[in-house]
Amino acid sequence: MSLWCDKYRPKTFDELDYQLQQAELLQTIVASGDFPHFLIFGPSGSGKKTRITCLLHALYGDGIQSLRIENHEYETPSKKKIEITTIGSNFHIQVNPSDVGIYDRVVIQELIKTIAQTRQINSTEQRAFKVIVIVEVDKLTRDAQHGLRRTMEKYVGSCRLVLCCNSTSRVIPAIRSRCLAIRVAAPTVDEISGILKKVATIEGIQLPVDLANRIGEKSQRNLRRALLMLQSCATQKVPLTKDQQIVEPDWEIYLRDTARMIGEQQTPQRILEARERLYELIAHCIPAEVIFKGLLDELLANCDDLLKSQITQTAAEYEHRLRQGSKEIFHLEAFIAKYMCIYKQHMQSMAAGLDDCFD
Amino acid sequence: MSKKPTVKKPTVPAMFSKNPPSTTTTTTTNDKENLIEVKPKSDRLVPWVEKYRPKKVSDVAYQDEVVAVLTKCLAGSDFPNLLFYGPPGTGKTSTILAAAHELFGPQLFRDRVMELNSSDERGINVIREKVKKFAQFSVIATRSDGAYCPSFKLIILDECDSMTKAAQAALRRTMERESKTTRFCLICNYISRIIDPITSRCAKFRFKPLKDSIIVQRLQTICDTENVQHEPEAITELVKCTEGDMRKAVTFLQSVARFRANTVITAIDVQEITGIIPENVIENLYQVCHSSSYEKLATTVKNVLLEGYAAHQLLLQLHDYILGQMALGNEQKGIIFEKAAIVDGCLLDGADEYLQLMDFLCTVMHQLCRS
Repeated sequence: MSLWCDKYRPKTFDELDYQLQQAELLQTIVASGDFPHFLIFGPSGSGKKTRITCLLHALYGDGIQSLRIENHEYETPSKKKIEITTIGSNFHIQVNPSDVGIYDRVVIQELIKTIAQTRQINSTEQRAFKVIVIVEVDKLTRDAQHGLRRTMEKYVGSCRLVLCCNSTSRVIPAIRSRCLAIRVAAPTVDEISGILKKVATIEGIQLPVDLANRIGEKSQRNLRRALLMLQSCATQKVPLTKDQQIVEPDWEIYLRDTARMIGEQQTPQRILEARERLYELIAHCIPAEVIFKGLLDELLANCDDLLKSQITQTAAEYEHRLRQGSKEIFHLEAFIAKYMCIYKQHMQSMAAGLDDCFD
Repeated sequence: MSKKPTVKKPTVPAMFSKNPPSTTTTTTTNDKENLIEVKPKSDRLVPWVEKYRPKKVSDVAYQDEVVAVLTKCLAGSDFPNLLFYGPPGTGKTSTILAAAHELFGPQLFRDRVMELNSSDERGINVIREKVKKFAQFSVIATRSDGAYCPSFKLIILDECDSMTKAAQAALRRTMERESKTTRFCLICNYISRIIDPITSRCAKFRFKPLKDSIIVQRLQTICDTENVQHEPEAITELVKCTEGDMRKAVTFLQSVARFRANTVITAIDVQEITGIIPENVIENLYQVCHSSSYEKLATTVKNVLLEGYAAHQLLLQLHDYILGQMALGNEQKGIIFEKAAIVDGCLLDGADEYLQLMDFLCTVMHQLCRS
């Protein structure tokens, strides 16, 4: 049994469910036989990869689906060996250079340049160029991004790059100016519930409208997540009922509890307890920025408007520091301590104000 | 441009170095430009950015000082070490490549010019060995056909700002000592990343962002040669969102032209493809700030980010929008823009977009509600 989000992933432009206008645009560009470098960006679960596969399919046909995995090994100037895995077919190759951390520059310089330099042998039957898909471009270091610049221009005859990222903010302007940027917006709640219904019908399950809408809202407009939620509901019990509980990921509940704990009591003791819980979350590979956002959301729920902007500001500040630092726990803990401090001060000044009134 | 492989092994069989003469009709009209010659398959497959890259120094638009100096150099006067800097898409690389081609001609170009960019390894070792060795060769002042050509070689170091300080320092003496046989041309976006001893050894040229009228003119020429039909507003719109970046303008123009093949291009098509955030999204965000409700702001920001708009672009456009708001006093604008600068820096460092945007908009909200 495969996951529904993979099973029902559209393979051609005709099967797409939303953003049809954009799909049409991509189709016309591809139909002309050539295209510029693409920079595809959008939030996760909005269908960036799906669009890339559709694009490749429209270009090269079914051959794109016979994938193989290759391992490459390179040596950095400091004689350190790095390994990277690529997935590709005869026509394209997909690579995630940020897998190798700060050595991504070497991958860009070696791997991508060698691919770009080789030409297709039989260019009458195929396209004259290959496609290199680079994912998580926003995680690339500056050096690696600079390394892409001339490669993109020089070898434009033999390869095209499709860059995929969550946001263009972290992509240097020089690369942005070389690409055609395509924005993939997240599907709306209605679109999600429509797709859920479609999937449910194919699977032969009755899906109540209410439940579909609720999943749509819970998924935070992330289609992959919505489909996973639907599938877990379906494995829980069939037939689905209107008021069925939607299973939430454990870590979300855990994070919410942590936030509640912090909100209840502001003592050094609590910080220690919260620290343990945060360690637990980090150990389960929950990204720090997700923890930050989750904490902020929950903590602000029982705060005055006055405090809200102040706390948001501290959250932004500490999250920024976290990016520059290396150990996540320090910054998360610092944020919690700061929150407690602000909150308590506010409470005390309120209490003092009240006392004044009584005097 | 398959210059690279041929530089390394000059004895490649002809069929590999260039496309075989093959069945395609006569190779493109640009016979001596090996920039374009390598892709003779069909004109359409050449990106316009490459096709319309200036081929002579005199073709370079708007950068008068550089052009003046280089024209003199081409006429035979002394050639200084050069340092070009300026924002992307202003023609830095194009200028020096064009100059090199004019100086050395197509045959000598490969022997005399060494182009290193950040896609090549450029640590201190490469500078010490590869660059130094190349710089030490001396060359004669005649071409194979007897014509005059300058008796030096050219090393182009593109994207210098990504070179390490140590590598730059290693260049210092090399630049001076080999000045008899070699000229350097360094290209970068930010001159502040180049160490002082290097800048003082070079003639510096700043490449200005191109004027709108000049981009319009070029785009017009391209449209005429490529038979692209368009409304006049489409070009104006295109120029507006490129901010003096010629490459961006041409890339966009080609994309729009492909998308709307055989029809008249309108301003709306342009907007669709350039990824500018619609005005009403910005306006909406600003209005929400007026409401002084944190929850409303949070949901709006979340939705805007889910639409896929980049926080950096949002910040830029919000900045422009707020600048035009008469309701805000100078002091308030000052506070807001100071925050904008901080947030911009944080975003570049890779901080979370939602948190940073919320931080910025909270400041805006605070300032708005104070007035």
